[in-house]
Amino acid sequence: MAITALEFSFKTPRPRTIKAAWTHAGVVGSGDLEVLARRCKNDGQAVFKIKTKVKGFDEVWKAVLERFVKTEKLGNIEIEINDNAATPPVAIRRLQQALSNADGLQEAPDR
Amino acid sequence: MTASKPKTEESFLAGIFDVVSPKEAPLPAAVIKHREGWDNLGRNYRKRCQRVRHLCSGGSKIVEMGKAIELLEGVLEPFDRVAIEGDNQKQADFLARTLVKVDPGKIHDLHMVQSVIALPEHVEIFEKGIARKVDFSYSGPQAARLSALLESGKIEIGSIHTYLELYARYFIDLTPQVALVAADYADRHGNLYTGYSTEDTPVLCEATKFRNGIVIAQVNGIKDRLPRVDIQSDWIDFIIQADKPYHMEPLFTRDPAAITETQILIAMLCLKGIYAPYQVQSLNHGVGFNTAAIELLLPTYGEQLGLKGKICSNFILNPHPTMIPAIEAGWVKSIHSPGGELGMENYVRARPDIFFVGPDGNMRSNRAYAQMAGLYGIDMFIGSTLQIDQYGNSSTATAQRIAGFGGAPNIGGDPPGRRHATGAWMKAGAEYAFQQQLIGPMPRGKKLVVQAVETFAEGMRPTFVEELDAWKLAEKYGFPQPPVMIYADNITHLVTEAGIAQLHKCGSLAERSAAIKAVAGYTPLGITASAKMTEQLRKTGIVQTPEDLGIDPTQAVRSLLAAQNIRDLVEISRGLYEPPVRFRNW
Repeated sequence: MAITALEFSFKTPRPRTIKAAWTHAGVVGSGDLEVLARRCKNDGQAVFKIKTKVKGFDEVWKAVLERFVKTEKLGNIEIEINDNAATPPVAIRRLQQALSNADGLQEAPDR
Repeated sequence: MTASKPKTEESFLAGIFDVVSPKEAPLPAAVIKHREGWDNLGRNYRKRCQRVRHLCSGGSKIVEMGKAIELLEGVLEPFDRVAIEGDNQKQADFLARTLVKVDPGKIHDLHMVQSVIALPEHVEIFEKGIARKVDFSYSGPQAARLSALLESGKIEIGSIHTYLELYARYFIDLTPQVALVAADYADRHGNLYTGYSTEDTPVLCEATKFRNGIVIAQVNGIKDRLPRVDIQSDWIDFIIQADKPYHMEPLFTRDPAAITETQILIAMLCLKGIYAPYQVQSLNHGVGFNTAAIELLLPTYGEQLGLKGKICSNFILNPHPTMIPAIEAGWVKSIHSPGGELGMENYVRARPDIFFVGPDGNMRSNRAYAQMAGLYGIDMFIGSTLQIDQYGNSSTATAQRIAGFGGAPNIGGDPPGRRHATGAWMKAGAEYAFQQQLIGPMPRGKKLVVQAVETFAEGMRPTFVEELDAWKLAEKYGFPQPPVMIYADNITHLVTEAGIAQLHKCGSLAERSAAIKAVAGYTPLGITASAKMTEQLRKTGIVQTPEDLGIDPTQAVRSLLAAQNIRDLVEISRGLYEPPVRFRNW
């Protein structure tokens, strides 16, 4: 099975990151995905590394993640996504769950 | 011309092969005789029956199973219009298996009229040349095969209809010459009991019989005494006891375990954003997971919103297992069903206050009446679809599958003939932006027609598209028009996980497109939404996001469902619901 690897990076001016050091949400079931996120110091970036079997949705991923980062003001965070054809609302839901599992967000200690 | 009365009771009760015709005065010489008599249908009927008289056991209407092929070959003629049940759920499958075995040398080029192209045999008769043309309503189970048949040129489609429309044509130009129906039981006279799964049988038999057609029924068994008579023996010509009970497809059973959080969110939006403000008391739920989710949220989320008694009193609905919790919790006053759902027979029998149950204690479904009621008698239709274009036209036709329409165009249609007023109908009408332009300052109601869809379906297939696949289909197969299930001007509300677009409030096509895009999420159409326009539409209330409605998407969790799985439904029904084998996963 061919896996498509995508990478996106967004910079946020006054970033927030997860309280816990790392977090996880979701499962790689059909129509679902898993999110693994790690707090880090990378100059306020939200970096996404996606592995998906569905081709041709690069622009959709970009739009969804950009919106999510903007809404949550995310930065200093690295997020891995293993996707099994989840639709955007499912992806957003799992991302929200990941943040919630990490005890929520805090102002990033480093700029 | 005066009709003379039959002279004696004897002549009145003469058998089918002797007819007393009214006397006519001889034709004036000046009149050119341009036809051979006025009872050709009757003559033809008697001729056909004569051909197969010998197949009946001892003067009754019963024909042995082994003689079924001979019966059909004797009774049919090439180019006949033949109806076969091909209902939504009930299938006259023995008769289908028989029809596929007739000699195409004797019986060919039949014109099939049927509600649903459901069984492989329904398609096989075209492959063999036994049939040539078809008029129907729905072909979901055989959609792909139907496309292939069309491409190979072995089938001609007359038209695709909605159910009630097809029944209408049974009385205009598509009256069947032979009807092949299915019933639970016959008695020795030939009366039929169709019971729970009556569905299309009455309308089919009436149209056929009253144009001198032939009605052949397959039955599960023959009894001395029927629980009740659904079709009288006068309308039935031949009865065959089949090798096994007729096939029933459990089309309306949805496993709660398969309902997703996105579908629950959409259901919450529907309940709070539409059911509640319009106080929808009478309605139909189209088949699907979105409506199943709504049904399972009534006793929980619906209760939280204080809606019990204010909504969902009277349904046109098949016996959905997912309705069990709401019924048990006392939400529902009545349900009339187009058909029966496999496994719900005993539950329905035990709830005669809710369902349409006869004096004999068994339900009688009836699709013609349910479709009629769904057209005129309800305030709201809500259903799902596969594709919606930028104007709001919705279709289930895709490039490789001709699925047809089923009942949605009818129940999702706003009947101009409606005159009785209810709160919901008047409220929607008062909000309809085009009303004055069309009829001046005249008040008039409007039916709520809701399409509830996820922006993306499974496999990342976008629901919202610039142009419906229906166009390509029409071009490829030479249809006169793209097959649209519900036209844009009928849809009042569009609900996705992104929010509700109140299309009936839009004052122009441009505004309507903007409202659709505002809830079209990250689909190619949704991405072209103007943030400014969306903002404006939210201000005027035409578009309502979950946030606007005070709904927190993170609250859309599976524990909100009144039943988590089929087993829960069985328990809540106190063991009355008996799920078909394929749903027994514990």
